[in-house]
Amino acid sequence: MLFGGSGVGGRPELYTSYDADMALFNTRAKLWSVQGLVVLAALLPFVLADDLLVLLSRAFAFAVGAIGLNLVTGYAGQVSLGHAVFVGIGAFTAATLSGDPEARTLGFGLPMIVWLPAAALLPAAVGALVAPLATRLRGLYLAIVTLGLVFIGDHVFREADFITGGFGVGRPGVIASVFGISLTDNGPSMTGQQKTYWFALVMLVIVAILGRNIARTAVGRAFQAVRDRDIAAEVIGVELTKHKVLAFTVSSAFAGLAGALLYTITRQVVPETFNLVMSVQFIAIILIGGASTISGSIAGAVFLTVVLRFAEELSRFFSFIPSPGQQGGLLNTAQVSTILYGFLIVGFLLFEPRGLFGVWIRIRNYWKGWPFSY
Amino acid sequence: MTQFLQAIVSGLGQGSIYALVALGFVIIYKSTRVISFAQPALMITGSLFVVFLHDVIGFWPALLLAIIGTAGVAMTVERTTLRPMIGQPPFVVAIITIGVDIVLRVIQNRLIGTNLRFVGDPWGLQNFQVGELLINQRDVARLFTALLILALLSAFFRYSRFGLGMRAAAFDQETALAQGIDVGRVFMVSWALAGALAAVAGMFVDGGGGISQQTWIVALKALPAIIIGGLDSVNGAVIGGLAVGVVEALVASYQTEYFPWMGNGFAAVSPYVLLLVVLLVRPYGLFGTPEVERV
Repeated sequence: MLFGGSGVGGRPELYTSYDADMALFNTRAKLWSVQGLVVLAALLPFVLADDLLVLLSRAFAFAVGAIGLNLVTGYAGQVSLGHAVFVGIGAFTAATLSGDPEARTLGFGLPMIVWLPAAALLPAAVGALVAPLATRLRGLYLAIVTLGLVFIGDHVFREADFITGGFGVGRPGVIASVFGISLTDNGPSMTGQQKTYWFALVMLVIVAILGRNIARTAVGRAFQAVRDRDIAAEVIGVELTKHKVLAFTVSSAFAGLAGALLYTITRQVVPETFNLVMSVQFIAIILIGGASTISGSIAGAVFLTVVLRFAEELSRFFSFIPSPGQQGGLLNTAQVSTILYGFLIVGFLLFEPRGLFGVWIRIRNYWKGWPFSY
Repeated sequence: MTQFLQAIVSGLGQGSIYALVALGFVIIYKSTRVISFAQPALMITGSLFVVFLHDVIGFWPALLLAIIGTAGVAMTVERTTLRPMIGQPPFVVAIITIGVDIVLRVIQNRLIGTNLRFVGDPWGLQNFQVGELLINQRDVARLFTALLILALLSAFFRYSRFGLGMRAAAFDQETALAQGIDVGRVFMVSWALAGALAAVAGMFVDGGGGISQQTWIVALKALPAIIIGGLDSVNGAVIGGLAVGVVEALVASYQTEYFPWMGNGFAAVSPYVLLLVVLLVRPYGLFGTPEVERV
């Protein structure tokens, strides 16, 4: 069921069936606010400058990956520090399949209808291969093994230089076009950045709806049962192996899409990007946004991207931070944003473990109960 | 045969560094049930103390100050960021230590700069000959130190009153508290010990090659070591560390000859492959205690 709380006698929060309670938009406010946000986001390219659009597109790409990680780590409780590897596999699959056949690196020049599904399927297959590990291991053991994946992936990306272009060099990003219209080059009426932004937005909306549907249906409930107590889940008839493998597969597929999207926006893929730092960034996004919430993944991605960009702007206000590209000063902008990022992780976990979603819940409950908000 | 023994010797030397860092991981894990991803930053903290002090006050006093200083940094980290998180899921605390690591390493990279920094250790690149084997002094120093520290730590845990308290806290924190053991102090001492061990590892990690902004990666190889040895086994940490070092050295020595298709630098990732293989066979490592699940 898509809509719930249709309101018996004008009471929007009266649910007369379980279906209505678990609906995609179970309150009317949710329906309207989501529609409003999507429309607002779609109109942004007419207002914002192109470099801000690129920033937001990157945030959307990270949100796609974060939704994937949230399914496996937030919902199913299987900590994965190896998310960057799957993002990398997706990026290189898309870049190779869409790439220029004449270029130095391998390319097939295939259309989007081929490379986009492939960018999801290949990482999903690798994820399914790795998943059996998760059925043997748990908790921190699993976290460290997935950390090992990052280093193994790093090695493979380094060695497969006919695909990846090699370390420090890289290869051209994904060549995306729909019906012969390039999504990245400037057109007669719209700039490449505007078109890429819309592409990212459409992908994000599709993935968010998919993610939300997985989370709220039987599979998602099984994930949460596995997370909360795996033995209890098994006793009530949830197949552990099946659901752990499924969680890793779906999450890797979303990671792959995120990779393809990220390198449609950024025109050059460098293999060393897909390292531990990127994995930690995804973990940070879901923790800052709110674990096991889809909206939190999106909010976290946008928040983190915008805050780190804000850190770069700080150089205008503080004399001890030199502007980008200049020497001297106490800290350069990259160091400021890295420190800020570390503090954000620590700060959110210490003071608001539910993340931005928790902040939102507090605000909502305050006004919902107003004037009895004590 | 010479090639084989040569690889074993240098592997044991490198593995001793992993073992020292791994010991720190295990001590923290046993007492607080947290994996500290801040260990790489602590190791470099130790290196930097020696780097900047050895010219001023000589190598050995610098090392002593590094051990005390890094233990101090570790205790501060524990008291400020870890203590408020007691009772949170271990994964969340582990992520906090990643945050701490990120912050510390930015400061350290600032101090290291783009140059190679040297700790000025007395053995440097000197070596001696045993039969056909060429043995580096540093490898002997590393292995000897690691084994000595393991012996001292075992004695400390086994015979000292506080060591007994630490073992009790590792077994069950609340019961230990009820028996009058200051569990907060156990946490602090564990971090201090881990910091001190990391400082020693940080001094050894130079190995004549210097300290750069990338050196912290070495400390992450202690992770396969502790998992192979078992997260909560002190002896396992050392055995795991040495095993990782030896496997890495053997792969580095033979792989280009026999398995060239694996690519250059496969040795660097071989510990992680070893980790996958060991865990598939024994999910709690070689010496780890299997978790008992009660319904």
